[in-house]
Amino acid sequence: MRGHWNSIAVIGGGTAGLLLLAGCEPGAKNVTQTGYRGAGLDQIVDRSSLAKAAAIPAEPYPLPPDGGPTAGESYENVRVLGAVSKERFDHLMAEMNQWVAPPEQGCNYCHNPENLASDEKYTKVVARRMLQMTRTINSRWASHVKDTGVTCYTCHRGNAVPEYKWALAPGALNPHSILGNKHGQNTPDANVGYASLPSDPFAAYFEGKGNIRVASSEVFPSSKHVVSIKDAEKSYGLMMHVSSALGVNCTYCHNTQSFRAWNLSRAQRGTAYYGIRMVRNINDDYLTSLASVFPANRKGPQGDVYKVNCTTCHQGVSKPLGGISMIAQAPSLRGPAVEPAGAAAGAAVPRAFNQPGAMTGKNEPAPIPARP
Amino acid sequence: MALLSFERKYRVRGGTLIGGDLFDFWVGPFYVGFFGVITAITASLGTALIFYAASLGPTWNPWLISIAPPDLSYGLGLAPLREGGFWQIITLCAIAAFTSWALREVEICRKLGIGYHVPFAYGFAIFAYVSLVVIRPWMLGAWGFGFPYGIFSHLDWVSNTGYQYLHFHYNPAHMLAVSFFFVTGGALAFHGALVLSSVNPPKGQPVKSPEYEDAFFRDTIGYSVGTLGIHRLGLFLALSAGFWSAICIIISGPLWTRGWPEWWTWWLNLPIWS
Repeated sequence: MRGHWNSIAVIGGGTAGLLLLAGCEPGAKNVTQTGYRGAGLDQIVDRSSLAKAAAIPAEPYPLPPDGGPTAGESYENVRVLGAVSKERFDHLMAEMNQWVAPPEQGCNYCHNPENLASDEKYTKVVARRMLQMTRTINSRWASHVKDTGVTCYTCHRGNAVPEYKWALAPGALNPHSILGNKHGQNTPDANVGYASLPSDPFAAYFEGKGNIRVASSEVFPSSKHVVSIKDAEKSYGLMMHVSSALGVNCTYCHNTQSFRAWNLSRAQRGTAYYGIRMVRNINDDYLTSLASVFPANRKGPQGDVYKVNCTTCHQGVSKPLGGISMIAQAPSLRGPAVEPAGAAAGAAVPRAFNQPGAMTGKNEPAPIPARP
Repeated sequence: MALLSFERKYRVRGGTLIGGDLFDFWVGPFYVGFFGVITAITASLGTALIFYAASLGPTWNPWLISIAPPDLSYGLGLAPLREGGFWQIITLCAIAAFTSWALREVEICRKLGIGYHVPFAYGFAIFAYVSLVVIRPWMLGAWGFGFPYGIFSHLDWVSNTGYQYLHFHYNPAHMLAVSFFFVTGGALAFHGALVLSSVNPPKGQPVKSPEYEDAFFRDTIGYSVGTLGIHRLGLFLALSAGFWSAICIIISGPLWTRGWPEWWTWWLNLPIWS
């Protein structure tokens, strides 16, 4: 009898062990060291969980040379790209057709085919605002998008509405009752990497003026720096989102000896700093400004417009689209040069790093530049 | 240190694993043995190398001295001394010293004719150390995944390595390890308190026997694990704490590379409700 029990124990134990391993990623890893040796600053990624490389669509036709009559001279009601040559404007329209419009509708998704200049379709009004936004991102936010730049495809990926976006969470059914009211946390939400952290960090940091200011400049608590644990958890939730969106861990930007210290952080943290402000700028000045334009079916459960977060562009990789720049095939999306003519784009970035107040208009103290 | 009058009775020859009678002697109160010699050599060499490597570093501040493993680019190969080679040799010395110490404990157990519980328990501490500097680095393919030898620097390693998994408290083995550490502390406190309560009766009363201790717990929770049982339980709890600590770091990286909270999605995805 005893032998039977032993076999049952072995089989049971083996099954339990196999079940435990089923939740594992035992495959080959990609490892990268991102700091001084032995400091635990590494990226370890199982190759099976790497985000798949995005397909870059072929150009509809080769980019025509610049010159000739402008779009403003050739067409009516061209308010953003009037100075672009007609040939290149047509090329961009063909690209937008490919990048954004549903194939079955094509140009008619935004345009009235009887009168292409008409603004009667809301999608055309939105598209115009998005063109302004894209040009702002590529010029004013070069501190985040660098020379790679963004195009419509960075977010849209062939969808009329980008796949990854956010709106205000539905909220508790009975906000004045403790029953079933989780106060926006303790729910395994993909937004915050399935942790119990507050699961809507976007409303706090990706619109308006909320800044992450958890770590104090002094060792001891002081009345000058009153930040609650819930504030800390909110910012932790946002960081979970950033990590998941970029497919990296915390040490991609931070040395956790001090999350706050810029001199311990990697330069990537500076890029992310401007990324957060860029996202806010997009959400506040471009998307929310379209609130009266979007129909109800294009809005979230609370009636606010859908907004962007890190995943909208990054989609699991540290550089959207694997760092492949598509801006050369849509040069009119570069936008006006913010820097004086002749200034190299590369020089603009470190200068902008030292003047975050100028970048955000919110008069924040300059971060200490990251170590080269 | 003086030899206690009864100690000589237990100083018997034999029981050695290696070396026969060659090292079968005592120095003062200490049994030597072949493994004592190896421990002395490797521990001294390792300590001397720590001091030498520290002398090549930028600081003598004891908090900040750090001897770091090689860059990941060296993989599982040897690194130049000043670029992690010292760490590699010190690690070898440490493993040799710890293992020899455990085997020396085995020899003493054999001399006394007692069980191997002490070296077995100590073996879990060695296993935890080897997990950190050999097993996990080997599974990940680079010695550079070991932790640096420094007071602050190894804490930075712990912090950073934890944040590589976004929120380490969601690591299931870490949960077990932390729970076992807490329970170990609790059990030790209960046990210590119970013993002290029995030997500190009110003035004028005799010291109470273990039956009183058993009665206390039977009255309180309906069961007493007993005088021998509490030590079995204590050993199990403490070894479990060390064991699951080792497991929690071995699985972090080799068997899971995303955030630990995400690991629990297997529960959300169970076919029962998903």
